[in-house]
Amino acid sequence: MTMAGRKRRSLPGFGLSLGFTLTYLSLLVLLPLAACVVKAASLSWSEFWRVVTDPVAVAAYRLSFTTSLIAALLNAVFGLAIAWVLVRYEFPGRKLLDALVDLPLALPTAVAGITFADLYSTDGWFGRYLTFLEPDGAVGAFFGPEGWFGRNLTPIDVRTHGGPLAIVVVLMFVGLPFVIRSVQPVLADFEAEQEEAAASMGATRWQTFRYVILPSLVPAWLTGFTLAYARGLGEYGSVIFVADGIPGESVIPPVLIVSRLEEFDRERGAFKYEEAAAIAVVLLFFSLVTLIAINLLERWSKRFEPTEA
Amino acid sequence: MAAVPTRQIVRQDPWYVRVPLILFAVVFLAVMVVGPLVNVFAQGLALGVGVVWQALSHPDARHALMLTLIAAACAVAANVLFGLAAAWSIARFRFPGKALLNSLIDLPFSVSPVIAGLIFVLLFGAYGFVGPLVFGSTRIDIIFALPGILLATTFVTVPFIARELIPVMEALGPEEEEAARILGANAWQMFRHVTLPNIKWGLLYGVLLCNARAIGEFGAVNVVSGKLAGRTDTLPLHIEKLYQGFGAVQTASAFALASILCCLALATLLLKNYLEWKTHEQLREAAKNGTSTDSR
Repeated sequence: MTMAGRKRRSLPGFGLSLGFTLTYLSLLVLLPLAACVVKAASLSWSEFWRVVTDPVAVAAYRLSFTTSLIAALLNAVFGLAIAWVLVRYEFPGRKLLDALVDLPLALPTAVAGITFADLYSTDGWFGRYLTFLEPDGAVGAFFGPEGWFGRNLTPIDVRTHGGPLAIVVVLMFVGLPFVIRSVQPVLADFEAEQEEAAASMGATRWQTFRYVILPSLVPAWLTGFTLAYARGLGEYGSVIFVADGIPGESVIPPVLIVSRLEEFDRERGAFKYEEAAAIAVVLLFFSLVTLIAINLLERWSKRFEPTEA
Repeated sequence: MAAVPTRQIVRQDPWYVRVPLILFAVVFLAVMVVGPLVNVFAQGLALGVGVVWQALSHPDARHALMLTLIAAACAVAANVLFGLAAAWSIARFRFPGKALLNSLIDLPFSVSPVIAGLIFVLLFGAYGFVGPLVFGSTRIDIIFALPGILLATTFVTVPFIARELIPVMEALGPEEEEAARILGANAWQMFRHVTLPNIKWGLLYGVLLCNARAIGEFGAVNVVSGKLAGRTDTLPLHIEKLYQGFGAVQTASAFALASILCCLALATLLLKNYLEWKTHEQLREAAKNGTSTDSR
């Protein structure tokens, strides 16, 4: 390794490749992002605070956080089960299922949006069997403001289209590959000896899974979960089709940014660019936190990799 | 593994675990992936083949498809250059700040696409910091025009190719390139005859993913394009417009155009599996020989 390190100097193109990389990233990514922060900073502190803590904006963050979280949690549980099935079991059609897992990465989000909106509308293939979730349906009424759940706890909009549930379902679709693809290689590389050792010492199948296999999956599992969550936070293309877009109810922050961009402030005679930038800065901040979390998780999970002697 | 039967018995789950889990996986993926996919084709064909033909041959749709392909081609070309440069500097040299640069490459992944569009509006929009570029009497619009679409598409796809190339180059190691240099190859000959053949599968894999994302990009392009039919409408934006429009014909047309994108996505998956297999094969060979290999 040390030999190679010294020898690497003999390869050409260091200045050119690093220079191009830095220039490209600066011009295309860093400078424009900085412009966004500068634009937001042109608001006074109190103005900035008013914009980013506006009730509609706060409702949008909350909607985005909760729907992304629920979708990522569901994906974490289901994804683990599916990764297990794809790695451990042989059955006809396994290869096909395995390939289908990647579809959400290849399918344009707008296409996902229109097909989910259509499937779960009241006359769609799936939605027509789920009308009991409508506000006037049996289950929907139970969770609605008039029903027992809504009166005693909190009213939840459980419609399959237009509301938070629809957003969760489409975010589950876009986040589907992450947990599966993170866990799969770790599960495939898991050494048979460890399981055999556990079994020979009298562990039941469940105990082996719970105390031997699961702990080694945790780092990759968490990484997959965080990736799915981050993907959900930034998602726009699919959500706008399945959500009604009622401010405070089914508007996510990116939608809010777009509508601020298009709003004309008559008093000042200008578009509300600063307000859009302010909300964007808040989102960037949350993305940065998630990015750091992913990096820390990856570093942490590397400690669990078997070290080569 | 098959040689030792006891192993399989120990690692085998009982049927009452195995069968329900397999059923669950099949049903879950059928509902979440296959259903939505089939629905696109079914809704596209809902009003018959005539409507599909009409939708596909409409000049606006054709223009949108062309624009989408142009934008994807430009984004891929720019990011191939970037990916090669980034992978070469990161995988072959040591320098301070390498870890930071490595994570900066991923930044566009964690920026919401809408913000990716917004930043270019803030820079080049009519009221932006820079505004439209003016050279003497010629004015080049960036926002609500082709350059903005190219910028936004390139931004969201920055990491794809670099992300694939860096680990491949790191795994292959510098030995073959050094040998080429010692044998008197100039930089271009080394790149052309040693580096490129070694990384080609990884590169193609990155290009494939980059292209798929570029074709489907919606959020970022939606903000910068202005959505002028026949001028700055990309295919996903055109589909949105049709879908939000009135009437069954509009909806069916939206799904008919979406079917094209579905076919592209399915083709991407097929190629992706092939390339994954090729890359693995190459890396396995490299690991086996302890040094890089030229897989032909």
